[in-house]
Amino acid sequence: MSELFIIWSILASQILLSLAMGCALFRMVRGPRAQDRILGLDALYINAMLLLLTFGIRTANTIYFEAALIIALLGFVSSIAFAKFLMRGEVIE
Amino acid sequence: MLLILVLAPFAGSLAAICIPTQKGTAAAWLAGSIALLCLVISAGLYTVISSGTPLRYDAAWLPELGLNLTLRMDGFAWMFASLVAAIGLLVVIYARYYMSASDPVPRFFALFLAFMGAMLGVVLSGNLILLAIFWELTSIISFLLIGYWHHNANARDGARMALTVTGTGGLCMFVGLMLIGHIVGSYDLDVVLSSGNVIRDHPLYTTVLILILLGVLTKSAQFPFHFWLPHAMAAPTPVSAYLHSATLVKAGVFLLTRLWPVMAGTDEWFWIVGLAGLTTLLLGAYFAIFQQDLKGLLAYSTISHLGLITVLLSLGSPLAAVAAIFHTMNHATFKASLFMAAGIIDHETGTRDMRRLSGLFRYMPITATLAMVASASMAGVPLLNGFLSKEMFFAEAIETHKYNILDTLTPYVATIASMFAVTYSIRFIHSVFFGPPPQDLPKVPHEPPHWMLAPIYFLVFSCLVVGVIPALTIGPFLHTAVQSVLGIATPVYSLAVWHGWNLPLFMSLIALVCGVGLFLVMKPYLTTSIEGPPFFRRLEGQRIFERVLVTLSWKWARSIEMRAGTRRLQPQMRILVAVALVAAAVTLLLQGFKPAAIAFRSIDPAFALIWLIGMICAIGAAYQAKFHRLAALVLLGGAGLVTCLTFVWLSAPDLAATQLLVEIVTTVLILLGLRWLPKRIENPDDPELMTISTRLRRLRDLATAVFAGIGMMLISYTVMTRELPETISSYFLERAYSEGGGTNVVNVILVDFRGFDTLGEIAVLCIVALTVFALLLRFRPATESLETPEQQRVQNAFDDDHPDRKKGDSIAEYLLVPSVIMRWMFPVIGMLAAFLFFRGHDLPGGGFAAGIAMSIAFILQYMAGGTRWVEERLRIHPLRWMAIGLLVATATGLGSWLFGYPFLTSHAQYASLPVLGKIPLATAILFDLGVFALVLGATVLILIALAHQSVRAPRAQMRAAKMAAKENA
Repeated sequence: MSELFIIWSILASQILLSLAMGCALFRMVRGPRAQDRILGLDALYINAMLLLLTFGIRTANTIYFEAALIIALLGFVSSIAFAKFLMRGEVIE
Repeated sequence: MLLILVLAPFAGSLAAICIPTQKGTAAAWLAGSIALLCLVISAGLYTVISSGTPLRYDAAWLPELGLNLTLRMDGFAWMFASLVAAIGLLVVIYARYYMSASDPVPRFFALFLAFMGAMLGVVLSGNLILLAIFWELTSIISFLLIGYWHHNANARDGARMALTVTGTGGLCMFVGLMLIGHIVGSYDLDVVLSSGNVIRDHPLYTTVLILILLGVLTKSAQFPFHFWLPHAMAAPTPVSAYLHSATLVKAGVFLLTRLWPVMAGTDEWFWIVGLAGLTTLLLGAYFAIFQQDLKGLLAYSTISHLGLITVLLSLGSPLAAVAAIFHTMNHATFKASLFMAAGIIDHETGTRDMRRLSGLFRYMPITATLAMVASASMAGVPLLNGFLSKEMFFAEAIETHKYNILDTLTPYVATIASMFAVTYSIRFIHSVFFGPPPQDLPKVPHEPPHWMLAPIYFLVFSCLVVGVIPALTIGPFLHTAVQSVLGIATPVYSLAVWHGWNLPLFMSLIALVCGVGLFLVMKPYLTTSIEGPPFFRRLEGQRIFERVLVTLSWKWARSIEMRAGTRRLQPQMRILVAVALVAAAVTLLLQGFKPAAIAFRSIDPAFALIWLIGMICAIGAAYQAKFHRLAALVLLGGAGLVTCLTFVWLSAPDLAATQLLVEIVTTVLILLGLRWLPKRIENPDDPELMTISTRLRRLRDLATAVFAGIGMMLISYTVMTRELPETISSYFLERAYSEGGGTNVVNVILVDFRGFDTLGEIAVLCIVALTVFALLLRFRPATESLETPEQQRVQNAFDDDHPDRKKGDSIAEYLLVPSVIMRWMFPVIGMLAAFLFFRGHDLPGGGFAAGIAMSIAFILQYMAGGTRWVEERLRIHPLRWMAIGLLVATATGLGSWLFGYPFLTSHAQYASLPVLGKIPLATAILFDLGVFALVLGATVLILIALAHQSVRAPRAQMRAAKMAAKENA
């Protein structure tokens, strides 16, 4: 019974996370400002990380957490680079 | 022994390069001793050779392709090798005194020795391909030798012309030799020499003949390819003496003689070779009369004498071949000595112009006497060696070999050419050594140093001895050489000086008398005339050659570039994609390709949603790419992320991790580049710019892109849905742990099974990074993107306006919190990199991923603090890291040699460390360390090179301002 519960809840969470990614995508595509797009990308990254975790739980394999770890640690780098670009006009001064 | 004979000059050449420029004498000693060594070796081999069996040395090189390192020495090769070594030695002695101290003498001797080696290689090759290789080497090294004084435009032009002509010929000859190999079924010279009938009866015979003759005739400067040789006279005189008497031009004659037994005797041979030879013989002698340059005269005389040898070979009779071999030797001796004499005259008087030289006999009697004897030999005066072979030539010319007009003409042409030879020989001597004392010469002439004359003494002495007692001196050697070429067909010939009163002697007498008469008639004209023969002066081969070159390499190249080339990326991409599309479509349709039916089954809803997001991202990125670069980049990031998720979903976690890291670095990289792209000016919605042709063009591009994309998808889908055949991957899966000592198969493949590939790949990465670095060093941004970005100007202006603020305060305040986080992330990311690196062998990770992760740590520091801030605090030497990485990886590979295993064999072991526990410690981890260092270095190098543009930009701005000010003023 609990097994079935987990399977369904993981499926639900995956679909919901995907939908969340879809929302982030909407901001990325529509904008209207560049800042919105970048925040959209950042949200997309976070959702992807969570999605990876659920995937790891579903397959009962920690090997997939590695990619999640990398997103968690380094996913912010591209957001920062974008932000710096908008704020200063160049990434590295 | 044969191997030493060929390799010693090359080894000497390498050694001579290392000698410092001032130590010219040391280089001369080295070259001299190498030449002496070669001479001694070949002299020592004579007893073996004279018995009649060729000496062979075989070493397998590429036996599958029929290419072996075969050296073969028979009598003929022996004769040539001795000639090359002996004249080489004499020229070295001569050059020691000829070259001035201000020239880079070691380079001269290095090239000289290399040339000698190449020539010996041509002579001794027992394999046709090997022969072609050495042949090309002689072309290339002669190019370098002729252009030795590269500050001189004439030398450069002459060298280039020689290389173009002989190189093109060599290429044709190479094809010809390969065809022979195809006909005979072997490239081995012995096999080829014994299958003459097969070659002559083969339908490809004419093709082979023409191709090989193209190589031979260009090399031996035969008409109509003779024009490069006079221009090659811009070389230093020792080079001319060597190249144009005994070696380079004789290589053509050598090959002609070598292949004589298998190719001669047919009508095609007779006509092509005979016509070229006769024309060259006559025209060369005629042109030689009218030269005003000493070396020019000798050059045309060389051409004419080579023509003589060619004619002899064309006749197809064994006696004529004997004469050809004999004349080859004689010509080498007297022509080398004459070139040396001309060099002495040039050296001691400062000019080679015969109009300015005269009466030198009173200043240099010894040189004069020697030159007189040598040129008498060139003219064919009795009791000298030139006379003997010329008599043989006359005797053969009279004989009827074929019933056609060319054969009938031969004796007349021979006599006339011989008459011309007498005329130019007399002219050479008379205008230089006799007459009134010279006026206003650049130097006061005197006898050269004794040792400079020694080689000429020797050569002239041999001319005399051979001329007087031929049978006792040259006889046995000539016989060995002749026998090795002709075999059982060796005719009976006599080397006597006196054959009685016969027709050849009369022809000689006529030539001598008429030649003297012609000289007396022409003398007044020649002392004042301009360079070059009358009538033919305008019809110069060089002009035609240059016209052809200009048309080929300038006009045609330009027009091709105009039509096919473009500086814009878009048309290139369009052509590239279209060609790929058409090629793939045609191939697939012809092969009957059917895409697999697309089946929708058991779809994971989350996965489908992610893919939908990815597709929208990709299409959006493509749509926005032109007018909203930043938006396109953001969307590209989304598409990349979805790709990584897909990798995870399809169980490739290591790929996903690496791809994620690459994704992040790429985003930063493109952002760095975006700064320097000029802004777009056009408005996409401007109706005036949207003409019909623009719309059509866009539609076409869209269609191309869509078709290419769909095609690619169909192909991949079909491949992926097929049943996997038994591939190599199962092998790797089985052996990864048992033989590579790791459970991460991908990593084991990279660092162990395919370690050599990886080594090559990281070397390529290294090269790419260095290229990017070098290109960015010279990068000059467009003027409109030079100025500081608008945001920075606004913020700086704000700082400037408030007296309590310093410049740069705004950015420091903005970044106060993020920069702390970014700086503190450095050790954390370093930890992550170490984690990825160490577990790489068994679990996802590895040197590549670790390297990129570490490079992100560095980029963060740069972003947080700026270039100057970081470089004041951290020592960043990406070039050194790359070097260390490459060295470590290579050293690991070499290390396995120490234990007697092949390159890059790895050894696996687990080690227990106190805190970390048991970690895998294969030697592959050292290799992976190299990969790590190199990837880190390369990534950081490229990113930093881009980042440094911002530091340099203010300087560029100042330059631009200065330029503008100058223009206004």
